Amino acid sequence: MGTNISIEEKFQAYVDAENKVEPKDWMPEKYRKTLVRQISQHAHSEVIGMQPEANWITRAPSLRAKLILLAKVQDEAGHGLYLYSAAETLGTSRDQMIADLQSGKAKYSSIFNYPTPSWADMGTIGWLVDGAAIQNQVMLTRTSYGPYARAMVKICKEESFHQRQGYEIIMKLAQGTPEQKKMAQESLNRWWWPSLMMFGPSDDNSPNSEQSMRWKIKRKSNDTLRQEFVNKTVPQAHYLGLTIPDSDLKWNEKRGSYDFGEINWDEFYNVIQGNGPCNKERIAHHVKAHEEGAWVREAALAYAEKEDKRRQNTTPAA
Amino acid sequence: MGGGWLNGVKRDFTKEEALEEYLFFLADDALILGQQLSKWCSVGPVLEQDIAIINTALDHIGRARLLYQHLAVLKGGVTTEDSLAYFRDHMDFRNALLIEQPNGHWGETIVRSFFMDTFNFYLYDRLRSCSYAPIAEVAEKSIKEITYHAQWSAEWVVRLGDGTEESREKVQKSVDDLWMWTGELFETSPIYKELDPSFVKFSTLKSSWLEKVDEVLQVATLTRPEDGVWAQTGGRYGVHSAQLGFILAEMQILPRTHPDANW
Repeated sequence: MGTNISIEEKFQAYVDAENKVEPKDWMPEKYRKTLVRQISQHAHSEVIGMQPEANWITRAPSLRAKLILLAKVQDEAGHGLYLYSAAETLGTSRDQMIADLQSGKAKYSSIFNYPTPSWADMGTIGWLVDGAAIQNQVMLTRTSYGPYARAMVKICKEESFHQRQGYEIIMKLAQGTPEQKKMAQESLNRWWWPSLMMFGPSDDNSPNSEQSMRWKIKRKSNDTLRQEFVNKTVPQAHYLGLTIPDSDLKWNEKRGSYDFGEINWDEFYNVIQGNGPCNKERIAHHVKAHEEGAWVREAALAYAEKEDKRRQNTTPAA
Repeated sequence: MGGGWLNGVKRDFTKEEALEEYLFFLADDALILGQQLSKWCSVGPVLEQDIAIINTALDHIGRARLLYQHLAVLKGGVTTEDSLAYFRDHMDFRNALLIEQPNGHWGETIVRSFFMDTFNFYLYDRLRSCSYAPIAEVAEKSIKEITYHAQWSAEWVVRLGDGTEESREKVQKSVDDLWMWTGELFETSPIYKELDPSFVKFSTLKSSWLEKVDEVLQVATLTRPEDGVWAQTGGRYGVHSAQLGFILAEMQILPRTHPDANW
């Protein structure tokens, strides 16, 4: 074996052998950047994703449903925390990541730029949005960066629970009064296509994917994940007696998969660029909470500093 | 007004009625405070505190459920925990006026919680020996979380009081503004005539509560309002501030819009 292999090649060989990359290991700068972008985007999605659901906590229609929804949003805040910590291991501070979110430099999942006008949306988000997220996250439990992979194991467990709870909400509606059925169908109509968009651009138009696959950050292509999601979800909709809003949807015997219609990519790119129905609202909400909390954070910091001083003054000299 | 009423307020209760009233004091306090705190979800000053306050809201609503479930058994028929939460009107709620006051800024929410959590701490600690087993069981089950709430809100009062000049000013104003709602917590009620002494009379908690509040405010470099502030009253007999109407309107909208639905 030649001795003149580059450090990049060594890294690739290390990753190819299914080893996990840890924070102190050498890694290509672009690998680090890709991960910071992806993990922080994931963290922001958890945090921004709290908003459309928090919107229904005070109006949840039973005490049990209220508790479940509260617990779910609490889990999401927790996921946000682990993911910020995982991203911090790569040398970017949480403050910086939050500043990038608020300035629009960092993205979050576009799905949260759609509104939640209906209680049924609490079911649909769990069923479809968490379902789509799980499709992606199960793959990420095997991602090459150790702290990210480990955070994903924990997150996946909770996400599967959320998905079941979401499905339960939709099932109750689908089996309920005519008004409840209508709610369920109307919500599915709105969320189906945005859920398919969650997997990102088609493989022909996904410039970063190839390198991410090579580094084993990503292990399946966008289109593969999307197809798996469709195959898994369509029978669930049939079971509920709900109709998927796609006239091109049909089982393809030869492929052993569902064929489905073309995604509206104009809408996809517009929502990513900030033109979705709630992009401005979501960021404004985050900025407002952050600004209104500034005096509280300052107070906590000032108090902690005073306490430190008081402790030092009472510690006897050695 | 005649027979059993004084100043428009019912004075005479049967044993069964008195027990239900007492349970509603506890349950409605838990539900309304939980509902109020849950509004902090996604608007807290820092993500860790969103988690903490959601957790507290979960505890309160969880405790409310246990108490309503028991009330539903007592009432029998078609009554459920949800019919009690969603199909009663403001005049049937027995929560303290303090907790229906708006969340305001973080400091106001903290002071409101601090007053209530401290009250709950002494109350539930003693209710563990209530002769009525369902209450004693809820108290036993909840005391750990209630103790944590009281510590959490007291720590925040100290942090804000002894933090910056701005935070001290803000939280002092919250203490001053909310003080007039605290007297009600220690009111006497005619229901106690029908209950044995192990149903803790709220009035007996006042000295412990005041001592703890004084202690925390002092550490926080804050001052307690002078004695003799006129105390508001009404929550324990169904006369509420206008705030409660909005809280219930928001909370009850779905079951009331679709009364035949299951969720």
